[in-house]
Amino acid sequence: MTTAVLFDKVSRHFGSVRAVDSVDLAVVEGEFFAMLGPSGSGKTTCLRLMAGFEQPTGGHIEIFGETAEGVPPYRRNVNTVFQDYALFPHLSILENVAYGLMVKGVGKEERLKAAEDALAMVKLPGYGTRRPGQLSGGQRQRVALARALVNRPRVLLLDEPLGALDLKLREQMQEELKTLQKSLGITFVFVTHDQGEALSMADRVAVFNDGRIQQLGTPEEVYKRPQTRFVADFVGSSNVLSPAFVKSLGYPARYASLRPEALSLGGGTGDVTGERKRVTGTVVATSFLGAANRVTVEAGGGTRIAAMVPASEALPEQGSGVTLSFAAHDLHLMDEAA
Amino acid sequence: MSAITQTSILEGRSGTFARLSDFFWRNPKILLFLMLAPPLLWLGIIYLGSLFALLLQSFFSIDEFSGLINYEFTLDTYRQLLIPSNFDIILRTVVMAALVTLASAVIAFPIAYYAARYARGKWKALFYLGVMLPLWSSYLVKVYAWKLILAKEGIFTWFLAKLHLTWLLDAWLSLPVVGGNSLSISYTGTFIVFVYVWMPFMILPIQAALERVPGNLIEASADLGGNPAQTFRHVLFPLALPGIIAGSIFTFSLTLGDYIIPQIIGSSRLFIGQAVYAQQGTAGNIPLAAAFTVVPIVIMGFYLWMAKKQGAFDAL
Repeated sequence: MTTAVLFDKVSRHFGSVRAVDSVDLAVVEGEFFAMLGPSGSGKTTCLRLMAGFEQPTGGHIEIFGETAEGVPPYRRNVNTVFQDYALFPHLSILENVAYGLMVKGVGKEERLKAAEDALAMVKLPGYGTRRPGQLSGGQRQRVALARALVNRPRVLLLDEPLGALDLKLREQMQEELKTLQKSLGITFVFVTHDQGEALSMADRVAVFNDGRIQQLGTPEEVYKRPQTRFVADFVGSSNVLSPAFVKSLGYPARYASLRPEALSLGGGTGDVTGERKRVTGTVVATSFLGAANRVTVEAGGGTRIAAMVPASEALPEQGSGVTLSFAAHDLHLMDEAA
Repeated sequence: MSAITQTSILEGRSGTFARLSDFFWRNPKILLFLMLAPPLLWLGIIYLGSLFALLLQSFFSIDEFSGLINYEFTLDTYRQLLIPSNFDIILRTVVMAALVTLASAVIAFPIAYYAARYARGKWKALFYLGVMLPLWSSYLVKVYAWKLILAKEGIFTWFLAKLHLTWLLDAWLSLPVVGGNSLSISYTGTFIVFVYVWMPFMILPIQAALERVPGNLIEASADLGGNPAQTFRHVLFPLALPGIIAGSIFTFSLTLGDYIIPQIIGSSRLFIGQAVYAQQGTAGNIPLAAAFTVVPIVIMGFYLWMAKKQGAFDAL
């Protein structure tokens, strides 16, 4: 396992703003690495540090074992797919894709051939003569991808590349990106604020907040065993329970997360001894989500718990008293101190 | 609350203006016509009409003996432009205009780049002030100020002497064509003042063009392996080109037509503007003056045609 990108206590401060604050991470060669977080969490700044558009104010960055601080972007074998694609408006699509090879001095015939191949790879063969302005958002996104990949980078950086696409196209591109990454074997570092996107595509996810990594792990780890309240809330809107409430259920007094889909209406089947835990409360809101309904229950002491109830089940009236139950092992105690 | 009526269509206000508003709302084309008619009449009759009258004059000739204009179509006047003394004037002016344009572009670009990319807030205000301020003062005053600056006893010579660089100035002034007795009576002086006076007209269009270049295109170029020189050549320059062309139209045509600067600062050899002034005034040869005037128009037309052919406006 070779480390593709290494961050050792990397900071990037803008005056008093700590955009990135002492971040440690190691991206493994060939993996699909996602950096997930809300806007302003430092994920994009981390990407820009990898690309070389920003220089760290502290710490050390290595790309494939070589020091990256002070190395300009044009000397890094790393390419970026920009958020709004950043295609050159005055060049044709083919010239856009061939740009990287042109500035590296590759002969005209060879680079245009390579650009054609790259366009075919992203399923846009024959689009070379058009201008960026003549393409749709999805097509421009593919051109941006081809323009980066034609250089055979060792690391491909993607800055919210699917953010501007509509839902249908986004899902399709997610699959294509994943397939492309596997077939090319290039390390992908992917920035997104969409937790669904990060969980479905990435091999590993780093969850950012306030310039720091809150948790780094596989999508399953991050989803099922969040280490902090922020991660529990941001990745899949888990119920975050207070230490007092958790204690009242018979657990140690620590913050805990409980997935809405782990809860079901009623006391649950099976006996009460240890297997299932119960919470009683009043329904304060219900909302229809298609495949399921979300029922929000006020469980006393200001604790609100959301439960996903299959659409096939009857929906309780607002204001009625209900019992929710969950398997005891579904409650996840977090490391974060009370 | 009683003021709120229950009707869904409000009563029209009475009066001529209210009726007029309704009328224009229903017939927006009439409003557009009324708004455009005065400027188009001005442009069509007074501006283009007088230009046409001028061009017409260039196809007449002057009677050598009586000095009267002979109203018969002839290309004789244009033939006169080609005699060496007149052709020299044209050549001198065109070369000067080209050099002034080139120098203005080279000096203006970094200033415009700074203003477009880095200057924010009060620095941007300061930039606009700095660029526009010279335009607020009289053109004649500025030119005469430059005459003093560039004179033999002027501050420029004094400054070079303090830097022990008088020998450099002397060496330059001893050169043929560009040299002379002092800067204020040399082509070099004319050139410096032209570049100074037209500089704002070059900076502002370039700045506007650069302002529209998204910063991430420059990052994208670097990301793809383009070093700063390559990024300038392949991305920044082509995207700024419409602005540079726009600026060069100003500097080029203004230099072609100016007759004051070369008269106050420079050798006594004529430029096109001075030739027009002399021909239509003292010489009374309106046809030749008109023919001289046609030259800059033709040159500018040709220049724009070339620029378009080279794809200068593709990024617009």
